[in-house]
Amino acid sequence: MATTAEGFDAHTDDHTHHGADHKPSFFARWFMSTNHKDIGTMYLIFAIVAGIIGGAISGIMRAELAAPGIQYLGWWVNFMGGEASFDANLHMWNVFITAHGLIMVFFMVMPAMIGGFGNWFVPLMIGAPDMAFPRMNNISFWLTVVGFISLLFSLFVPGGTGLGAGTGWTVYAPLSTSGSVGPAVDFAIFSLHLAGAGSILGATNFITTIFNMRAPGMTLHKMPLFVWSMLVTAFLLLLALPVLAAAITMLITDRNFGTTFFDAAGGGDPVLYQHLFWFFGHPEVYIMILPGFGMVSQIVATFSRKPVFGYLGMAYAMVAIGVVGFIVWAHHMYTVGLDVNTKMYFTAATMVIAVPTGVKIFSWIATMWGGSLEFKSPMVWALGFIFLFTVGGVTGVVLANGGIDDNLHDTYYVVAHFHYVLSMGAVFSLFAGFYYWFPKMSGRWHSEFLSHVHFWMFFIGVNVIFFPMHFLGMQGMPRRYPDYTVAYTYWNEIASYGYLIMAGSMLVFFVNIGYALVAGRRAESNTWGPGATTLEWTLSSPPPYHQFETLPVIEEHHDYHDHMSTPAKV
Amino acid sequence: MATVYPDDNRNARTGMLAFGLALAMLGLGYAAVPLYEMFCRVTGFGGTTQIASESDAAIAERLAGSGATRDISVRFDASTARSVPWTFKPVQNTDTVQIGVRDMAFYTAKNNSNIPITGTATFNVEPEYAGVYFNKIQCFCFTEQTLQPGQEVRMPVLYYIDPAILQDENADGLEQITLSYTFHRKIEEES
Repeated sequence: MATTAEGFDAHTDDHTHHGADHKPSFFARWFMSTNHKDIGTMYLIFAIVAGIIGGAISGIMRAELAAPGIQYLGWWVNFMGGEASFDANLHMWNVFITAHGLIMVFFMVMPAMIGGFGNWFVPLMIGAPDMAFPRMNNISFWLTVVGFISLLFSLFVPGGTGLGAGTGWTVYAPLSTSGSVGPAVDFAIFSLHLAGAGSILGATNFITTIFNMRAPGMTLHKMPLFVWSMLVTAFLLLLALPVLAAAITMLITDRNFGTTFFDAAGGGDPVLYQHLFWFFGHPEVYIMILPGFGMVSQIVATFSRKPVFGYLGMAYAMVAIGVVGFIVWAHHMYTVGLDVNTKMYFTAATMVIAVPTGVKIFSWIATMWGGSLEFKSPMVWALGFIFLFTVGGVTGVVLANGGIDDNLHDTYYVVAHFHYVLSMGAVFSLFAGFYYWFPKMSGRWHSEFLSHVHFWMFFIGVNVIFFPMHFLGMQGMPRRYPDYTVAYTYWNEIASYGYLIMAGSMLVFFVNIGYALVAGRRAESNTWGPGATTLEWTLSSPPPYHQFETLPVIEEHHDYHDHMSTPAKV
Repeated sequence: MATVYPDDNRNARTGMLAFGLALAMLGLGYAAVPLYEMFCRVTGFGGTTQIASESDAAIAERLAGSGATRDISVRFDASTARSVPWTFKPVQNTDTVQIGVRDMAFYTAKNNSNIPITGTATFNVEPEYAGVYFNKIQCFCFTEQTLQPGQEVRMPVLYYIDPAILQDENADGLEQITLSYTFHRKIEEES
């Protein structure tokens, strides 16, 4: 028998007598929100808005790259308020790639995975009434929003050669210090400070919630894998982001206050910035994908109607990926002049990561093996994820080799690789999670048909965009240029057609959401049937404004997979 | 069943611990600056050369005198940052020295501008693994150099190569080490 939440007082003041569904007024609800589901919703909407902007920028880039020569950049320079010239046009390109990278990493994938699905479903899955620090949760969200505004603002102030920060998402010195006068880079760096601070507070919140607020009986080894993935992600955020904060604060003082952390003239070393950046940057790529691993584990188990294969292996593979992720950073820097022994170490350490990742891939396949599979919308996205992430993982093993990387460094092969793991790996898992939980979050059913159309168009589109980039990279086409020799035209043109297919699929996605919200069938509590066995499916769809005022109890007969069943009658 | 829900104190404690971990990592980020410098100095990482005393040099020279070492070529390279209007070049392009034996090489620098300019030279060697064996006893790069308008100076570097390089299998068959200097303008002058 479960007990009441007598010791929990975050909401007791004025809600006690109004029942679970009493909601505050509009302004108080959305601007001063302390409700994890509302904050999760805001994060998801924010991520979609940021994704539209970041995706539109990649559309500009694909249009420019569809043919050799410089076609559209001058128009954009004038449109943004500058004056078109050869240098200004090239700077515009740098601004686009920088904005695309920063927006997609910090303001699309991270807010959606961690802020959105993490906020929504970590408390629900562990049977908690809310996050541990609801007000801090609100601060995290608005810090992220202000960070995004700061980044957008940087586009309209001078950044050296033209308007905007054209440093690449890595913000390498000395391009970002003596190479970019003007406030644009300061604003871009400040936006990373804000988003980073928001994420650190969020990570603190998740760790506290997961450690202290699990329902009675839910041990760490009975937690759903999505919660495990968020726990590991939170630790990665906590250990990696402060190092980025230190590095970019040094950039700020190098730029404005005469320090020489990264300036050889004063005894500094620009390569130190690269070490610091990638000490953050490599764990960051796992921060972006681990929650996706978690979601895919839930989804594959649900639609195979089987417990996930090798639960402990799955959980500790994520821990292992997190740990090893901190000691492989220099594989991003093979060409700075590392000696052969250092390269050998980083090559070997990087390849080690393929082991826990392989454990996960094979465990997903083993979960499906002999299962009673249902190819509902979340499942097809999860399968797409497994396939495409594996492709990206294979090119990752290729690039892990210090010797091969000397040749492929900064070519389109690298662009292809990290888009296979991110814009396909992370994004496919995001869509999988979205379709999995959308009926739960909104209380309305999306159209399964449109979801499948979305899937197939997106799947074909992104593969047409990014697969040819392997060829271009191996032929030597360098990243980060708006122009190329005529020899590279063929595959670039095809990649740009792929973008149109992908963009079309996004229209289907938005039509689908619109349809669901306006005319969608009402969703039942357990939308996916007997395969869905975690606690969020015990609640109504959408869940009550305050859930679990009576805490659920995980009983003896519940295991890591099944948190819902009543004990079998003997 | 009287399960007491975790009170705010327990949450605050966990939260503060987590936040403290983040602060510690911020501190480590800054600590990386001196640690990295120390790491390069000690290991010769990135071709960082070593500083040797007279007595170290004497020991190496005795070893060389016993005929246990071979000859190696040293190439000299010079460049200036954009803000340093000097002509800076080595007097000799290469020297052939016996490993362990000290050698004196000269660079010249001429200030082509009409104002006094102060600069400091950064340095390293190629291949980078040779950095830990490349010992300087005296070098113009140890201090700032100020050149008056039009002034030309000859600047010495007194160095030897540690015979321990002969035991390093990475250096098997190494025929030449390049010693490179770049003059940077003193930061306070630059603005």
